[in-house]
Amino acid sequence: MKNVSQTRKKIWNGLGRNRRSRELIGGAVYLAPSFIGVCIFFIVPFGVVIYYSMIDSPLQHNFVFLENFKNVLNNIAFKQAATNTLVFSAVSVPLAVILSLLLANLLESKIPGKSIFRTFFLSPMMVPVASIVLIWQVMFHYNGAANDFLSTFGVKKIDWLNSDYNQVVVVLLFLWKNLGYNMILFMAALNNMPKDLLEVADIEGAGPLRKFFQIKLRYLSPTLLFVTILSLINSFKVFREVYLLSGDYPYGGLYMLQHFMNNTFRSLDYQKLSSAAVLMAIVMVIIIGVLFILENRFGKDVEG
Amino acid sequence: MKKSGRLVLRVFLFLIAAGFAFVFLIPTVLTIADSFMSQTELTAKYGRVFAGTSGLGGTSYMAQKVKLVFIPDSVSFKQYSTVLFKSPDYLMKFWNSVILVVPIVIFQVAIASLAAYSFTRFRGRIKEIIFFVYIILMLMPYQVTLVPNYLVAEWTGLLDSRWAIILPGIVAPFSVFLLTKFMRRISTSLIEAAKLDGAGEWKIFTKVCLPMCKSALYSIAILVFIDYWNMVEQPIILLSDVSKQPLSVFLSKINTGEVGLAFAVATIYMIPCLFLFLHGEEYLVEGITYSGAIKG
Repeated sequence: MKNVSQTRKKIWNGLGRNRRSRELIGGAVYLAPSFIGVCIFFIVPFGVVIYYSMIDSPLQHNFVFLENFKNVLNNIAFKQAATNTLVFSAVSVPLAVILSLLLANLLESKIPGKSIFRTFFLSPMMVPVASIVLIWQVMFHYNGAANDFLSTFGVKKIDWLNSDYNQVVVVLLFLWKNLGYNMILFMAALNNMPKDLLEVADIEGAGPLRKFFQIKLRYLSPTLLFVTILSLINSFKVFREVYLLSGDYPYGGLYMLQHFMNNTFRSLDYQKLSSAAVLMAIVMVIIIGVLFILENRFGKDVEG
Repeated sequence: MKKSGRLVLRVFLFLIAAGFAFVFLIPTVLTIADSFMSQTELTAKYGRVFAGTSGLGGTSYMAQKVKLVFIPDSVSFKQYSTVLFKSPDYLMKFWNSVILVVPIVIFQVAIASLAAYSFTRFRGRIKEIIFFVYIILMLMPYQVTLVPNYLVAEWTGLLDSRWAIILPGIVAPFSVFLLTKFMRRISTSLIEAAKLDGAGEWKIFTKVCLPMCKSALYSIAILVFIDYWNMVEQPIILLSDVSKQPLSVFLSKINTGEVGLAFAVATIYMIPCLFLFLHGEEYLVEGITYSGAIKG
């Protein structure tokens, strides 16, 4: 009797192991096309990029360690591009997050026509970047609509595109393009919020502000993290608009990291390119890590 | 008393939302409206903006101020006929965009759904590490990823060919992440049930998982399409052959030239996005709803 049950157990165990290994292989097969591609086009060459960033030239292969990084960090063009990009992200990302959160709350406050408004706010997504740029020129040209509008209030004409104001113009463009999508993400999160908790808060007499800061915001924290990271990625893509608006060499404040990279690609300076890419990767990882830690602290007790 | 106060507040909020919506719509509507304007009308309205840089002909009447008009004085299809029948260049560039973007969207979503299935069904330590690598890669801006992409293209001799853009586009990890998030929400009991009924992995994947992910697949396809339809960074670095570049890059070059044409080309370029968007907005919203958090 004992024997029979033991063999049965053995058979079961054997089956289990067999199934597990089969599943492992199966899982690997499904992942393979993607993972092989990622290795070929991203991971392996990035290893080479790291290597290139530490040697003196692709022909000599002398190991110089941090020399290239020092050169890049001392490069005036890189410094300017990095500062401009950081300033742009530091201004536009918080604005994109806060404004879209406000918009989402506005649309969720039981006003009529919610779905039409949603469509309107999402519509900038489908407009090609290049055609937006045309409209932006009509608006912000020295003789454009914005100056005409402002002049009715007696404001002096501003050369929006060829002065330090061009950053304001691009921030507006960025917000216009990205608020809709962020707003949808927040609306989804607001809808998934536990209703009973908010009702209890109502009964206890909590005001709308208190409800927002003490309940809603905590439940929104994973979405906040997501929207922040998404906006950060998109803020790096603003180069598209800048490039189409003002070409390879824009006026001062809009010389972005991508401009620097383009010009370095043109001269094919591998050391410069590689060390700049590695530096940016490190900075991105640090920023994202900090965001993750903040979110962990803030939203820990409401998850799960 | 309290009720009427609430009503006032709601009307107030509605007006704010309407104001915002109006501002958001202006550029889109203007682009379309302007594409139906004749050159003379455009000159009259925007002459002061584009004069000097454009071929608008400075002799005709120009308004003292820029006029933003949402309905043209007279509808003209001339710009469109020029684009469609007289200058094959634009259609060529449009076609360039199509043959770059369509394969990327189709194969990226296909490969990503396989990978997402793998990340959903077979979890383990190694898988979690690989998934984390995917997240990091997804968050890297083009400024970082274009350098490795360029190196591979150079080694393989793909530089200046369309493959230099298509291949990295196909394996880009963005949609793997979003799809995995979505698939992990499908209840395991459903999958177990299919398994008990004797369905193999492939059958579970195609008959259970994919149909349930329809909205996510659609929304991701839209996002990927829009992103690549507007690409600028990759073509100017990986595809220096101007004749192969997509319209998204080329549009900037007509901006300064013929404004009327540029509006018409822009509107034509908008049509695929418009179609996808109107067709799939519900999916888009639903897909977003279930993949809205980066962790978990």
